Amino acid sequence: MTAPTLEVRNLCTHFFTRAGVVRAVDDVSFTVRRGQVLGLVGESGSGKTVTGFSIMGLVDAPGRIVSGSILFQGKDLASLSEEEMRHLRGNRIAMIFQDPMMTLNPVLRIDTQMIETVQAHEKVSDDEARARARDALGMVGIPSPDERLKSYPHQFSGGMRQRVAIAIALLHRPDLIVADEPTTALDVTIQGQILAEVQKLCANTGTAMIWITHDLSVVAGLADDIAVMYAGKVVEYGDVGEVLDTPLHPYTHGLIGSVPSRNKRGEPLRQIPGMTPSLLNLPEGCAFRARCPRAQTDCVQRPELREWLPARFARCHHPHREEAAAA
Amino acid sequence: MSATDEQIYATRTFTDTEVPMIELKGVSRRFSKKLDIAAKLARKLGADVREEIVHAVDGVDLRVRKGEVVGLVGESGCGKSTLGRIVAGILPQSDGQVFWKGQDVAGLHGDAERTAKLRRQMIFQDPYASLNPRMKVADIVGEAPQVHGLIKRGGFDEYVDEQMRRAGLDPAFKRRYPHQFSGGQRQRIGIARALAVQPEFIVCDEAVAALDVSIQAQILNLFMRLRRELDLTYLFISHDLGVVEHLSDRVVIMYLGRVVEEAPTERVFSAANHPYTRSLLDSVPRIGNRKRAFATVKGEIPSPLNPPSGCHFHPRCPLAFDRCKVEVPKLKTVGALHRSACHLNDAG
Repeated sequence: MTAPTLEVRNLCTHFFTRAGVVRAVDDVSFTVRRGQVLGLVGESGSGKTVTGFSIMGLVDAPGRIVSGSILFQGKDLASLSEEEMRHLRGNRIAMIFQDPMMTLNPVLRIDTQMIETVQAHEKVSDDEARARARDALGMVGIPSPDERLKSYPHQFSGGMRQRVAIAIALLHRPDLIVADEPTTALDVTIQGQILAEVQKLCANTGTAMIWITHDLSVVAGLADDIAVMYAGKVVEYGDVGEVLDTPLHPYTHGLIGSVPSRNKRGEPLRQIPGMTPSLLNLPEGCAFRARCPRAQTDCVQRPELREWLPARFARCHHPHREEAAAA
Repeated sequence: MSATDEQIYATRTFTDTEVPMIELKGVSRRFSKKLDIAAKLARKLGADVREEIVHAVDGVDLRVRKGEVVGLVGESGCGKSTLGRIVAGILPQSDGQVFWKGQDVAGLHGDAERTAKLRRQMIFQDPYASLNPRMKVADIVGEAPQVHGLIKRGGFDEYVDEQMRRAGLDPAFKRRYPHQFSGGQRQRIGIARALAVQPEFIVCDEAVAALDVSIQAQILNLFMRLRRELDLTYLFISHDLGVVEHLSDRVVIMYLGRVVEEAPTERVFSAANHPYTRSLLDSVPRIGNRKRAFATVKGEIPSPLNPPSGCHFHPRCPLAFDRCKVEVPKLKTVGALHRSACHLNDAG
C-alpha cells in the first residue's frame, strides 16, 4: 500500500499566552488516505480548527507546533521552511474557510483572483489560467462561468461565494483539502448542493479531505472516518458508521444522544451536564471526567488513545465496549 | 383520511374553534429604501428610477393557540424573523391585523396595550449582541419588571434571584457582566430577562442556533421545562428542522415572505404536501444517513427584492407547470389542520 496522503502523529500545538500555556492541540493522531474524507468533529474550543491550521502551517505566535509530525505523502510538514511550505500551500494542499470572504478579496474581480492563484504556482499564460479558472467554476456548479468570472465577490450570494472559494481551492487539483466548517453558515438546501459537489469531487479526483465541523449529521453522510475531539485531544477515532452507531467514548455517546432527531419527540433531550472546561485549567487525568456518567476513581490517571476493537480507537478507561463489540 | 392519520390527530387537543392566543390576518411587512437626492433628481429628469421595496412578509395568516409550540421554519430571507418581530409586537406591520386573545392590537390603548405587549416577549439568536455589555446581570434581568411595577418594594434581589434560578443560573453571579459568561449561560440570561416580566407568549428567534450541540440540548430542555411550569406558548423560529421536529406541536413553513405549508409536526415530517417542504426535508443531513448521495434542490434562493412571479418556488420546483408561473397559489386545506399552497392540489 502506498503512503497515505496525510498522517498526523502525536501533534501538539500550544499557545504560550500571558495567562499560561494553552494546549489547544494535545497529542492528536489520524490518517487520511487518497479520495477519503475524514470528519474532524468537536465543539467550540475543542482544537479542531487549530489542528487544521497546524496542517496548513498557519499557526501564528504565540502559538506553535511543539511536537509531533505531520506527514504529507511521507514528508514532514512541521520541519519544512516557510518558503517550502508556501510551494505546497494552495498547490498540493488547499484550505476552505467557514467564511468565504477569508479567501476572497472584496475589491478584486473573481478572474483576477483566480488567475493570480494559478500563476502563483505555475508559469502559464493568462488565457490558459483563465480557462482553468472557468473549468474550476464549472466543476463546482456555477452556471455561466465565463460571465461570473467578471463579477466581484459582493455580487455573489453566500452559497455562490463558498463555491468560488472551493473552486479556488481546486485550481491546482490538490491532493489534500482542509475544509473548516465550510457549510455552517449556509442554508440547508444550499448546503445539500455543496455537499453533493464535494462528494463527487473527492470520488472523481482522488483528493483527500479533512472536513472540520461541529455537525455530526453532515459528517454522517459525507465522511469515511471520524475523529472526535474534546479539549484538544482526539477522544474517539474510527469508521464513521461504527462510531456513530456504537460509540465507545462516553463523550461521543453524549454528543450523539443530544442530537434532537435522535430523541423521542416531546421528551427531554438527553444532555451532557456541565460545560467544556477552560483549556487553561484542565482537570487532571481525563478532561471529560467531571461531566462523565461512567467516571470512576482511576479517571484521574490520564487515559491514552487505545485500540479497543479492530480499527476503533478511544481515549477512555471505561468505554462502552460491550455494546460496540456486540454490534 | 387513513386510520393512522386519525390516531395522530386523536392525541391533539387543539381545535380551530377556540380563540387563539395570537392571530395574524393578512399581515404584510414591506421595507423600502428611500430615494436619495441624486435618484430623485434623476427621476425628475425622466429616468426610470423606482424605490426598491422588499416584501419581507406577504399576506400571512397565522394562529397560535394557548399552550401550543409552533415551529416557524424557512431559509435566509424568507421573512421568518420579521414575522416573529411582528408577532412579538416590536415591529409594526404594513398591512393586516394582529389579534391578541381575540382583540385587535391596533384598537388597544393605555394599560390594555401595555399588558398585551408585556405578555409577549422575545428571545434572540445572538446571546452576545442581545445583552447590554455595560449592565450587570441583576440589572439586565430586573430592570424591566421594576419599571413595570412587578417587583414589591425592597424585593428586587429576591425577585432577580428567583428569575435567575429558574433559568438555571446561580444567583451568586448576578453582579457579573455578560462577557464573564459562556454562550449557553448568556442565552440563559436572555431567557431569564424575557421571563422576568411574566409573559404568556414567547417568540424564540433562532434561540439555540449559535450554541454547541450539548449546550443546545440543555437550553431546549430548559425551554420545555419552563413551558410546563409556567404554562407558556411558544413561536419557535428556526432553520433547524431537527430542533423544530423535536419540540413543536405544529410547523409553519415560509418561503420568500409567504406561508407555503402548515401542519401538525408528525404530518409535516411524514406526509409533507408542498414540493418546497419535501425538498427541504430531503436536504437536511441526518445522523442516520450514511455515505449517501445528498439530495439537492436546484437553484438559488431568489432575491426577495425581485421574487419570481406566481408561486415563488416555481423556478426551483421539479413539478412546476404553466399555471405556477402566473397565479399565486392559495393556502388550501389538504387534511385536518393541514394547509398547503400548491396548484398541484387542485389538479386532482
